[in-house]
Amino acid sequence: MSERRVIPIGPYHPLQEEPEFFKLIVEGERVVDLEIEIGYNHRGIEKLAEAKHWDQVPFAVERICGICSTSHPFAYCLAVEDLLGITVPERAHYIRMIIDELQRLHSHLLWLGLAGHFIGYNTIWMWAWKAREPVLDLFELITGNRQHYAMMKIGGVRRDIKDENYPAIKKMVKELYPTLKMFAKAVNDDPIIQKRTKDVGILSKEQAISFGVLGPIARASGWDIDVRRDDSYALYDTVKWSVIVQKEGDIYAKILVRVLEMFESCSIIEQCLNKIPKGDIETEVRDIPAGEGIGRVEAPRGECFHYIRSDGTNRPIRHKIRAPSLMNVPSNLVTVPGYTISDAAITLAAVDPCYCCTERSAAFLKTGKKILTGEELVKLSQEKTEQLKKEYDKK
Amino acid sequence: MGLKEKILTKSLWVFHLSVGSCNNCDIEILDCLTPRFDIERLGMQLIGSVRHADVILVTGALNKKSTPILKNIYAQAPKPCFVVAIGTCPCSRHMFKDSYNTISALDEVMPVDLYIPGCPPKPEAIIAGLAKLIKKVTRK
Repeated sequence: MSERRVIPIGPYHPLQEEPEFFKLIVEGERVVDLEIEIGYNHRGIEKLAEAKHWDQVPFAVERICGICSTSHPFAYCLAVEDLLGITVPERAHYIRMIIDELQRLHSHLLWLGLAGHFIGYNTIWMWAWKAREPVLDLFELITGNRQHYAMMKIGGVRRDIKDENYPAIKKMVKELYPTLKMFAKAVNDDPIIQKRTKDVGILSKEQAISFGVLGPIARASGWDIDVRRDDSYALYDTVKWSVIVQKEGDIYAKILVRVLEMFESCSIIEQCLNKIPKGDIETEVRDIPAGEGIGRVEAPRGECFHYIRSDGTNRPIRHKIRAPSLMNVPSNLVTVPGYTISDAAITLAAVDPCYCCTERSAAFLKTGKKILTGEELVKLSQEKTEQLKKEYDKK
Repeated sequence: MGLKEKILTKSLWVFHLSVGSCNNCDIEILDCLTPRFDIERLGMQLIGSVRHADVILVTGALNKKSTPILKNIYAQAPKPCFVVAIGTCPCSRHMFKDSYNTISALDEVMPVDLYIPGCPPKPEAIIAGLAKLIKKVTRK
C-alpha cells in the first residue's frame, strides 16, 4: 500500500484556460480522491443584473460566459416572456434557433479541440478550431461580432437575418458536413483516442441521476434528457431532429455525443432556413408587470435556467441563474478517482466545465474565519436585523 | 536597449492568465494560435509556466479571490516581464465596475505595458497589439 500524497492543480495551470483549483489525492499513480475549489471567476452578475434596466440585462447576462453567450440572454428573454405571457413572432423564433444551434456548433467544436489538446493530441485541436472559424465568420456576418452576439431581446430578436445572408449560412453548413464526418471517423478509427478515452472516467446512469448532471454528460451516460424536446421552447417541436444518447458513460461516449449532436445542429439550421417565414422580428413590449417567470434553454453544456421576479418597476428585483456546469462539475468526484493521474486531465475536461458560468457565489478562506453554512447565514442575518431594529427603536 | 530586451523581441513567450473573465478573451487568445491566425509565426508561444514567460496576458475583471494570486504570479515571473491587458475588463473593468467582488483595473495593481480593449478583442487586434509591443520594446 503506497502512501497518500496530494497533487495540487491550479488555480492557474496550463490544463484549462480558466482558474480553478483541484486537489488530487493519489496513492502512487492512482487517484483516490478529489477536492474541487472554485470561485476565482465570481463577478456578481446576478446582483449587477438586478441594478440594470430590463432591456440592459441581456447584455449583462451575455457576459456570464463567452462560449454559451447566447443561451443566457435566451433563457432570460424566455423568462421575461413567460412573465408577460406574450408570444414572439415566428420569424424571431427561427432566428433564435439558428443562432442557438450555430452557437452549439461552435461550442462543441471548441470542446472537441480542447479535448484533443488535453490528451496531448494537438492535431485535433488545430483541425477542430480551424473548422470552427467559418462558424465564427458567420456570426460576424449575421450579428457583427465573433462572440457576444447580442441577438436576443425581450419579445424577439435585435437584428434580422438578411435574405442575402441565407446562402452564406447554407454554404457553411454544407461545407461543415464533410469536416464533421471526418471528425466522427477520426474518433471511431483512431487507436490513440480509443485507448485514452474508452473505459475512462465512467459515470453510470445511476450516478448521473444522483448528481443531476445535464446535457451531453447525462446523455452520454444513457440518461435521455434534453430541454429542447422535454420542455420545448422556440419552435424546436416543429423541426425534425433526434436526441443523441450513448449508454457507456465514458469519455469516448461524451466525445461521440457531442460530435453526433453537431450533425443534428446542422440539420436543424438547414430546416430552419427552409421554413423561416417573412414578417416581424419582435413583439413590442411596453410595461413589465409584477410577477415571476422562468426560462429554460438547452445550452451546449446542458440546461440553463433563469428565474426573474418583477415588482412592476423597471428592474428585476431578483434574477437567479443556474448554469449547467454547476451540476456537471461535481460529477468529477466519482469519475476522476480510480483512474491514473494522466487520465485526470481529460476526465476533468470532459464535462466541458465552464467555471465563469458556474460561479454565482464565492467563498473566501482566511485563517481565523470559518465558512458559514446556509442556515448559519440566515441566523446571522436575523440577528443583524434584530440588532438594527433595536438601534432603530432607540432613535 | 539592453541585451535582455533585445533577446526578448526575438521570440516572446506568452503566459495566459484569466483573473475572472467570461472565457471569450481566453478563447480569442487560443484562437490566435490556431491555423487561421497562427501567432507562432511571430515567434510567440503559449507556455504553461509563468517562470518561462516574457509576456503575461491578463484577461478578465480582477476579483477579490484571484487578485492575490495574480500578484503572486507576477512576482514569480522573470523580469523584465511585460503585462498586456486583453479585453475591456482588465483595461477599465467594463460593466463590472459596480460589482461587489471586483477590485480595480489591472494598472492599479501592476504596471501594464499594453492595453487591447474590446469585448472580446478580435484575434487580429491581439496580433496587432502584440506586434506593437515588440516595437515598443525595441524602441526603448
